[in-house]
Amino acid sequence: MSTISTDTHQHAGPHDADHGHHHPPAGFKRWFYTTNHKDIGTLYLLFALTMFFIGGLMAMVIRAELFQPGLQLVQPDFFNQMTTVHGLIMVFGAVMPAFTGLANWLIPMMIGAPDMALPRMNNWSFWILPFAFAILLMSLFMEGGGPGFGWTFYAPLSTKYSGDSTALFVFSVHIMGISSIMGAINVIVTIFNLRAPGMTWMKMPLFVWTWLITAFLLIAVMPVLAGTVTMVLTDKYFGTSFFDAAGGGDPVLFQHIFWFFGHPEVYIMILPAFGIVSSIVPTFSRKPLFGYASMVYATSSIALLSFLVWAHHMFTTGMPVFAELFFMYCTMLIAVPTGVKVFNWVATMWRGALTFEVPMMFAIAFIVLFTIGGFSGLMLAITPADFQYHDTYFVVAHFHYVLVTGAIFSIIAAAYYWLPKWTGHMYDETLGQWHFWCSLISVNLLFFPMHFVGLAGMPRRIPDYALQFADFNALISIGGFAFGLSQLLFLWVIVKCINGGKPATNQVWEGAEGLEWQLTSPPPYHSFTTPPDVK
Amino acid sequence: MANTMYHRCSLLALLCVDSAIAAEMPLNMTRGVTEISQKVYDLHMTIFYICCAIGLVVFGAMFWSILHHRKAKGVQPAQFHESTKVELLWTAIPVVILVLMAIPATRTLIAMEDTSKSEVTVLVTGSQWKWHYKYLEYPVEYYSLLATPAKQIQNKLRKNENYLLEVDRPLVIPTGKKVRFLMTSDDVIHSWWVPAFAVKKDANPGFINEAWTQVDQPGTYRGQCAELCGKDHGFMPIVVVAKTPEDFDSWIRAEGERLAKLKAAEQELLSMQMSMTDAMAMGEKVYQGYCAACHQPTGTGLPGVFPALKGSKMATETGRKSEHIQIVLNGKAGTAMQAFGKQLSLQEIAAVITYERNAWDNNTGDLVQAADIQAAKNGQKE
Amino acid sequence: MQAPDHLPLLRKLLIITVLMFGFGFALVPLYDVFCDLTGLNGKTSTMAATADRAIKDQQRTITIEFLAKPDPKMPWRFEPEIRQIQVHPGEIKVVHYAAENPTSALMVAQAVPSVSPGQAALYFNKMECFCFQRQTLKAGEKLMMPLQFYVDPALPEQFSTITLSYTMYDVTQHSPAATGAAVYQTGK
Repeated sequence: MSTISTDTHQHAGPHDADHGHHHPPAGFKRWFYTTNHKDIGTLYLLFALTMFFIGGLMAMVIRAELFQPGLQLVQPDFFNQMTTVHGLIMVFGAVMPAFTGLANWLIPMMIGAPDMALPRMNNWSFWILPFAFAILLMSLFMEGGGPGFGWTFYAPLSTKYSGDSTALFVFSVHIMGISSIMGAINVIVTIFNLRAPGMTWMKMPLFVWTWLITAFLLIAVMPVLAGTVTMVLTDKYFGTSFFDAAGGGDPVLFQHIFWFFGHPEVYIMILPAFGIVSSIVPTFSRKPLFGYASMVYATSSIALLSFLVWAHHMFTTGMPVFAELFFMYCTMLIAVPTGVKVFNWVATMWRGALTFEVPMMFAIAFIVLFTIGGFSGLMLAITPADFQYHDTYFVVAHFHYVLVTGAIFSIIAAAYYWLPKWTGHMYDETLGQWHFWCSLISVNLLFFPMHFVGLAGMPRRIPDYALQFADFNALISIGGFAFGLSQLLFLWVIVKCINGGKPATNQVWEGAEGLEWQLTSPPPYHSFTTPPDVK
Repeated sequence: MANTMYHRCSLLALLCVDSAIAAEMPLNMTRGVTEISQKVYDLHMTIFYICCAIGLVVFGAMFWSILHHRKAKGVQPAQFHESTKVELLWTAIPVVILVLMAIPATRTLIAMEDTSKSEVTVLVTGSQWKWHYKYLEYPVEYYSLLATPAKQIQNKLRKNENYLLEVDRPLVIPTGKKVRFLMTSDDVIHSWWVPAFAVKKDANPGFINEAWTQVDQPGTYRGQCAELCGKDHGFMPIVVVAKTPEDFDSWIRAEGERLAKLKAAEQELLSMQMSMTDAMAMGEKVYQGYCAACHQPTGTGLPGVFPALKGSKMATETGRKSEHIQIVLNGKAGTAMQAFGKQLSLQEIAAVITYERNAWDNNTGDLVQAADIQAAKNGQKE
Repeated sequence: MQAPDHLPLLRKLLIITVLMFGFGFALVPLYDVFCDLTGLNGKTSTMAATADRAIKDQQRTITIEFLAKPDPKMPWRFEPEIRQIQVHPGEIKVVHYAAENPTSALMVAQAVPSVSPGQAALYFNKMECFCFQRQTLKAGEKLMMPLQFYVDPALPEQFSTITLSYTMYDVTQHSPAATGAAVYQTGK
């Protein structure tokens, strides 16, 4: 399959001297040895899509079991493995690689660079990922089963009360971490060193800014995750007592160290989404992004604040009041820069000339639904109320709103937005609209009632529940199956688009701004080998 | 477009429903039965209304834009793209709103964390997968286990009203008095949560946490474990019965006497021998209630997860009888096998081990007595 | 145009990565220090306190509650001599915990304390505690283990009850004292 045109004879930009005699190898060799940012971007995106379906399958198992009270399909032990691996796959296998794929494809083109700064490390960053996930998925087939302690793997459940799949889990997470760190380093060096002359910091597209900040967050906290899983490994197998009271340790220490990584991690999973929405909304409003500078500052403040709020995941652990208050106030504060961003998007739309192609539909849905997720987040920040929300489906509703209708919708929007550029074909707009509406309705049927069952008292991570939760759970499960099926439409759109469709112009979208829209659709295998002029 | 309409409609619907009614439908948090739970509910609703209001304004503006600022209407796009004044405004206003939210939140939190001057203290210990309650002022302590029959969970029997929210021995507390809870755990982190009290506190192994409540009305209040603790995290509910102080006093006195009698009886039973028939009968009952969930009524277990007892070397070789007793008494670290030594009486343990060593063609002929279990507890080899 | 040199930046970023990995581990002692300073998790000091700040305050009375929890896999009998005591801040008191090893083998145990409310832990000063070292009991041996303490008069106003709980863990297999002697197996 070739998503990239190797036709080097059509370019609108300045004549590139050396790309006439280079054709990439074909087949397995091309993809396995590639150092090309477009190829690697494609690999990441296809990998993320595959993992999205695998993680989605696990969600279907979960929702099938939760369709009715009673245990029908799976045993509680296996159910815990499904929730654990579903979470790990979606976080580390779908969302993060998808954003990295977008970074790879777009950042060099957006800043006028020929490729990422460290192309060979780029290849490694990708290829260790399938290896890591193969290990994780294989652990499900071990005797004793796979990891069943939640993606948050609290000690001592994960240390003294787990099976040997924990070792594979740790190994797998280490590899994922290395991949992310290498990717982040690559992004930073690329943006720092390879911007075309004239592409000053405050001229960079917001997608580049948000990824730059995300990359710094990644190198700050992924190593802490590596430390955390290492401590779990040594507590389990090498006699340390980091988290064991008998040896002078403290299980709550685990939670502090984990969430020190964990909270910035969720911002890692949303900042690039903000960048995507900030690219799409101005295009379809035919109006510049409102408040570019404050968007940059808001993103930076969110990143900085994200280091100060980790214990809002731990309000019930028995912290003293002054600590609870500190974390409550800091968490509430994050709502301010986040709100600023939402207002700026709406202000961008205000008095624009809007059209509603599929990328714009997903972007608008993002703004509304992510904000709903933000509201439930604000409610969760209020410590006394959190005592009633913590570890219930209210939290599950919150993070699925920000991650599915937030991050995932932004990734889907990005796919629709840039597929014409990447493939040279327009996607099928009708099919895309069907995908949008089916997804929108089913995703809300799936996640909105979770607020209710959570408030009504249903805890998280349980395979069976009391009768008063039955009706809503049935609805939720139906929404889940519908949402899963709707994504097959997305798959169809992508396959169809790669294989053909109305030829795309360079500009593709009437209101699109940015260097990538100066290139052909599809762009040359090596683009901007000579830096463009930036006005 | 439709999503904003939908969102606004559902918000309006919720707003229109009177708060009192909203609290009764399974749509919302409970008001609960304590002063604190009521405060928490009020906080929750206040924040919710503020979020709704902000949502209406922001989505309203966006919706307006979607309707009126469309290219199809022939509008020309404006080109403004910044305004420091506006940015400052919509930074400052949210800050003010947040401060206004933080004040009642701070007050409620400080009240919730003040455990001083309590009159009754209960030590709550979580373990896989049950709760243990010990009254510090009275000689009463006991385990509290899920009472829902396995057949209901397996969909072989109709589920009753309090499915998964019922226990064999609920915690009993007096109304009108401040009750303090000390939480800890014997193994992994659990969390004790009763929504009606707005009390949720993690039970950390090796550490104690405190919480308190004061219930005004007598009644039965149900909660669940709120921290993933392994296989049966969803099957270790909490039931608290609040009685008037007089009823509580008579209950606790009767309970104390009952437990003292049981203890005395157990010591007597040590010298008695149970017949094989009696042991098998009692053993089967205990097995079905405590062991069959994992090891299956047929003794075949779940390959790779829960070992089979039928035909297992440990349950059929005479030399391994003491090992069998040890595992039932102390559990197996790193696995889901709990320690039953403190949960079951010596006689029950002796009976269930006898059953496991003779049922399903295991046929060892071994008859284990309560005295053997006592000896094993004391580490004496036979 | 010459390709820029990525090495300096790359070096800096790798150093940050390594430092953050170390930071993750540094959080462990940092947490202990922070807890020592604030009593965050109710852990008390593992070192004996001196009587420096033992200035009696007759006006105030604090209730100290004593709890004991042998770990369920642990056969020892372990309980406080008295359930609670009234003390004045600054007053030095001695209480005992009774421990008995009912098995037929030598065992070694470690008591781990926890104080609630957490912040009060800072002000609970143990001058002598059986939790400072491992306790070895021979088969059938009984022991009354002392705890000498005082409450720092600087204890904030709002605390009038302090609960001290000990969990007793079996550490026989980790103890050099036990090698050679018959070791009780707790079924692990």
